[in-house]
Amino acid sequence: MDGTVATAPKRWVDTLPALLEVNNIEVVYNDVILVLRGLSLKVPEGKIVALLGANGAGKSTTLKAISGLLKTEEGEITRGEIRFAGERIDGLDPDRIVRKGIFQVMEGRRIVADMTPHENLRLGAFTRSDSEVKADIERVYAYFPRLKERTGLAGYLSGGEQQMLAIGRALMARPKLILMDEPSMGLSPLLVKEVFGIIRRLNEELGITILLVEQNARMALSVASYGYVMEQGKIVLDGTAEELSANEDVKEFYLGGHGTERKRFKNLKSYKRRKRWL
Amino acid sequence: MQWDLLLQLTLNGLIVGTLYGVVAMSFVLIYKASQVVNFAQGEFLLIGAWACWWLLTEFQLPFVWGFLLTLVFMTVFGVLLQVIVLRPMIGEPVISVIMVTIGLSIFFQALMKWMFGVFAQPFPPIFETQAVRIAGLEVQSVYLLSLVISLAIMAAFAWFFTASKYGLAMRATAFDQQVAQSLGISVRMVFAMAWAISAVVSAVAGVVVGVVNGVSSGLSFYGIKVFPAVILGGLDSVLGAVLGGIIIGLLENIAHFFDSTILHWGNMFQIAPFYVLIVILMIKPYGLFGTKNIERV
Ligand SMILES: Nc1ncnc2c1ncn2[C@@H]1O[C@H](COP(=O)(O)OP(=O)(O)OP(=O)(O)O)[C@@H](O)[C@H]1O
Ligand SMILES: [Mg+2]
Repeated sequence: MDGTVATAPKRWVDTLPALLEVNNIEVVYNDVILVLRGLSLKVPEGKIVALLGANGAGKSTTLKAISGLLKTEEGEITRGEIRFAGERIDGLDPDRIVRKGIFQVMEGRRIVADMTPHENLRLGAFTRSDSEVKADIERVYAYFPRLKERTGLAGYLSGGEQQMLAIGRALMARPKLILMDEPSMGLSPLLVKEVFGIIRRLNEELGITILLVEQNARMALSVASYGYVMEQGKIVLDGTAEELSANEDVKEFYLGGHGTERKRFKNLKSYKRRKRWL
Repeated sequence: MQWDLLLQLTLNGLIVGTLYGVVAMSFVLIYKASQVVNFAQGEFLLIGAWACWWLLTEFQLPFVWGFLLTLVFMTVFGVLLQVIVLRPMIGEPVISVIMVTIGLSIFFQALMKWMFGVFAQPFPPIFETQAVRIAGLEVQSVYLLSLVISLAIMAAFAWFFTASKYGLAMRATAFDQQVAQSLGISVRMVFAMAWAISAVVSAVAGVVVGVVNGVSSGLSFYGIKVFPAVILGGLDSVLGAVLGGIIIGLLENIAHFFDSTILHWGNMFQIAPFYVLIVILMIKPYGLFGTKNIERV
């Protein structure tokens, strides 16, 4: 230490043009419950970024703030701003945000159970008026061949098939950015592998940018190039997938199987020592 | 037994029943899309019929033009009603919304009486021949028209809900509003569309009945007939509404047959559907086709 102020090394995300930028947002539910407390993150164009965190940390809330669905749950962004391709989108209605190119695949798949898979896919293209919808349905079937064989109601599909339908439905909107909330939830390890393989392909082959919320950190970091860890409504750690995978705390909480006891990052020495803010 | 009377009444029942079915469908459409129980459905028939009657008598328009203009007017009317009166009520307790639609019903009743008087007015004649004979049965031309229009509306509904993206959007909204919004569907647009379609379809029924019976405030009684029909079919089932309507139409006329030939109690045809309704609800509380979680928000 020679007394001069050391400039922090530039983060990897800062070196790339951001498609999505969330700046210091605060989210309140029902006018009183403060859930996000100054959260910031960046998603570079064409990349997969993972958002990790324990139950109740506010991951889904973050995605809903971006997609505008917060409005449907009495939630409100009370501070900060969200920019998509440089343009402010916070405060817009969800249907406007879908038209701008952001599509959220909600937690729990949320397919329309009393419609066929085909009708669900058509609904995904609701905002489009071009003539390529039919061709796109075939493209989705090429990614998910088993959906094509299912002609009954989507409610009778298996969990894995419903997840695939939910992702396929998102593709139908031809989004630039997909917000994916826990795609591995309730799936067998084999299916998780399959779904993540497809997520990687969508990113590589179609160039879709993905913000991926996951409990399964190992899987998420295996497809993502960058990751954020959040706790109690804030980002507490971020880094490239390699950095996070090598991080002792991440290893302990998200990658290792050290019992089920819930601890917090805050209480960890290593975290306190390197405490940093975005 | 007077078999031809029974046959004739059964046919009448079918024809009136499909019309009930059409009105019931337009009622269910509003309920499914926006969870509003519309007690002013009968007034939609009344307003549509008066509007068409006024265009035909005041401006001497040919029937087709008067009819089409009425449909345009009802589209605008449905959208405005939803946007101005019902949109601000979103999120209010169900009972408040019901009170609003009851209020609308009373208001429109009074408004129509004030504008057009209290006497029934006949439509200008539309057909040259008043009746045709089919298989030995006398069928009024207007009844035939009514049947054709009703079936056409039902076919249009079937097409709309399975083939058009707006129909799919409406079903998605009925299924789960948040999911619909996540797909880029504007729930406000869907609500306005549901009210517009419902107003138009009810107005068609109103014009048909008006052509048959003349226009009078009695037309709004169809809005009440719709309740046994939709409750029978299940509040949230479009198909159930159609079948419920046909069953109510048949019941009325069969009750009328037994009343006029055997029982001689008088007016039985008006109450029979409601008795059947009570019995059915005791056996199947959600109607014949209704789903249990009808209270889902
Ligand atoms: N609609 C809502 N109204 C009030 N509070 C809410 C609402 N939705 C979420 N919350 C609260 O906000 C906090 C964060 O919830 P959120 O669903 O964003 O967490 P999460 O990180 O996605 O958790 P999980 O991993 O369990 O999905 C929780 O404490 C939750 O109780
Ligand atoms: Mg969540």
